[in-house]
Amino acid sequence: MNFESPTAVADALRSVDYLPDDRISQVVFLAGRLDKPILVEGPAGVGKTELAKSLARVTGRDLIRLQCYEGLDESKALYEWNYKKQLLRIQSDVDHDWEDIEQDIFSEDFLLTRPLLEAIRSPDPVVLLIDEVDRVEVETEALLLEILSDFQVSIPELGTMEAKTQPMVILTSNNTRELSEALKRRCLFLHIDYPDAEREQEILAARVPGLSEHLAAQVAKVARSIRNLDLKKAPSVSETIDWARTLLALSIDDVDEAILGDTLHVLLKYQSDIEKAAKELTSSAQA
Amino acid sequence: MLGIITGFIDELRAAGVPVSMVEAIDGMRAVEAIEIGDRIALRETLRATLIKNLRHESAFDTAFDVYFSTLPLGFGDPEDQGLSSDAPWPEGAEHPEQPPFDLDLLLDSLLEALAGLDEEAVRRGARTAVDELAGMEPGRPVGGTYYLYRTLRRLDLKELEERLLAALMEDQDLSEFDQRLLREEVEARIEHLREQIEEEIRRRLVADRGRDAVARTLRRPLIEDVDLMHATTKDLQEMEAAIEPLTRKLAARLARRRRKREGRLDFKRTMRRSLGTGGVPADPQFRHPRPHRPEVWLLCDISGSMATFSRFTLQFTHAMSTHFSKLRSFAFIDTIDEVSDFFGPGVDFGSALQRVTTEAEVVWLDGHSDYGNSLETFNARYGRQLTPRTTVIVTGDARNNYRPPRDSVLGEIAKAARALVWLNPEPEAYWDTGDSAMSHYANHCTSVHEVRTLRQLEQFIEDLTLPGSRPLQNA
Repeated sequence: MNFESPTAVADALRSVDYLPDDRISQVVFLAGRLDKPILVEGPAGVGKTELAKSLARVTGRDLIRLQCYEGLDESKALYEWNYKKQLLRIQSDVDHDWEDIEQDIFSEDFLLTRPLLEAIRSPDPVVLLIDEVDRVEVETEALLLEILSDFQVSIPELGTMEAKTQPMVILTSNNTRELSEALKRRCLFLHIDYPDAEREQEILAARVPGLSEHLAAQVAKVARSIRNLDLKKAPSVSETIDWARTLLALSIDDVDEAILGDTLHVLLKYQSDIEKAAKELTSSAQA
Repeated sequence: MLGIITGFIDELRAAGVPVSMVEAIDGMRAVEAIEIGDRIALRETLRATLIKNLRHESAFDTAFDVYFSTLPLGFGDPEDQGLSSDAPWPEGAEHPEQPPFDLDLLLDSLLEALAGLDEEAVRRGARTAVDELAGMEPGRPVGGTYYLYRTLRRLDLKELEERLLAALMEDQDLSEFDQRLLREEVEARIEHLREQIEEEIRRRLVADRGRDAVARTLRRPLIEDVDLMHATTKDLQEMEAAIEPLTRKLAARLARRRRKREGRLDFKRTMRRSLGTGGVPADPQFRHPRPHRPEVWLLCDISGSMATFSRFTLQFTHAMSTHFSKLRSFAFIDTIDEVSDFFGPGVDFGSALQRVTTEAEVVWLDGHSDYGNSLETFNARYGRQLTPRTTVIVTGDARNNYRPPRDSVLGEIAKAARALVWLNPEPEAYWDTGDSAMSHYANHCTSVHEVRTLRQLEQFIEDLTLPGSRPLQNA
């Protein structure tokens, strides 16, 4: 997937209401030029997964998603033999030579493709999203290496399956553990942080139709203010969007302490955080 | 250009950032694909290819500013053409028609620029401020902070902030809540100005003394190499992000035990394997046994000499409490008290820390470390609850103020527990000097480690192998 320039990336993403900053558009541009996967890291809810979805929408490609979890193995990520079908095949055909049957049951007809294999076997190029890659064990991570660097999958019975088309690969990580050097080396690294107040305001305006400029600015500033506090979990962009929607639904057009206090639970998800934020934000007003 | 990038990569490596050969080559290839004159594009390109860890980004930013600050900023900035190296900084002679410098005039124009969000004017103001106020002398081997200090002493940012706030509030009747939001907005803009000034100074230093020299003076240890005994609060906050993955890893390490064929038959997998042998289940498959829940007891020295380190260990304790259901923590100075209940999921670390320092009864006599008494009290009060599954981790410098070490108690603790690990934040060379009683205690420990930096802690967790938990009847 080749864009003309980083600016072209930014324009394309903007057209689907994803507002990238300089860093994001630059890295996406490079990924296209160098044919490298992007490893996106950052706090939850800043739009890591959304980036992949938006890229799929921009390019009109299909999005193939592999959600990682502890215990993910190759039969869920790469491929699996359809053993029921193989069994039927063996039973239905007792007269043939075993060698013929063996040849037959280990062919592509009996292969169940899983997301990774599917992504490289697809006749049209796709966007492959490997979500929350930090959730899998280190050993499983190794499964990804071949596909990330060479865009191919080796199946012992069949040989190497090479990519028909070059997928655009996005990996996301919440950084709950350190990923292996081998994986990182193969990727471009992109850290997405909470946006600054101006960009957040733009995001709100794009994502919440009907939101007044004044309210969007206020929501963005409150979000920044809360993120400055030392909290267990700072409000994510998706949470500020939810909050803006809530305010809109309640037809509120100006936020004050009382309204903030009543709707804080949309932004923050821990009781201790809610109490702390309420105390901080309202006490400063009294002082 | 190639030369500068190689120099830049060398500088990153010198600062401790691991940049592999492959990454360096990727960086070069990537640079070929972009517009070379655009500084932001170059920065993000090099960052994406060379830096693979958030902890290394600040080192990257510092080095990048030094190596590429003379490039134009790109993105439509006609005036900012960078400085050529033969004219270190524009002397007064370059603007002969300008009136003599007037600080108030500068402040006024800065104020206007900040209020109107005029990016270009802010940068121009920052440049003038450095011209007139920093008093930079070519060839003088001082760091940027000295000039920054000189500039900011005259250019009172605090006052500028107040004036800006007043100017923005002027014709509006704002509620207190809106005022707070506005104040934060103003703080952000002033901070931006400060960064501009800092960048300007750095740029001139580079032009004067060359990239490599400036990079050397600005080099800071990476966050994983900061000495935990002398870490600042800011350092500790930065470490917080790194601690979380570490505690997970420690949890995984402690749960690991020797793989034996255990667990129940996995019927589904056995059937599937049997296809390879024509339906004969020749290769029975078993479910993996459930990982057992490790018990960890942490004993932290929180005496004055250990202030910074103990904050770190408590931070670590706090993070661990979300991964270990059976974590107990104890704090001691000259006696010991349990602090487990202060930590836990959903608890704010700040308040937990406060409770440890105010509520825990850790002072018995005079508030100077007494390991002997602490350990004895610990053994008397909690020793019977130790099981052969418990791993005890002691963190402390073993400086006992020349009091009797009473280390035999530690032997009893070690015998009752699965393992006893001691983490000492002092360099190994200092152990047993002065009032340190490390070797007395080390005799009884399963292992003793020097943990002075985050990197060493990482290493300790990486290498950790403990004896398997013994069966209960042997206890």
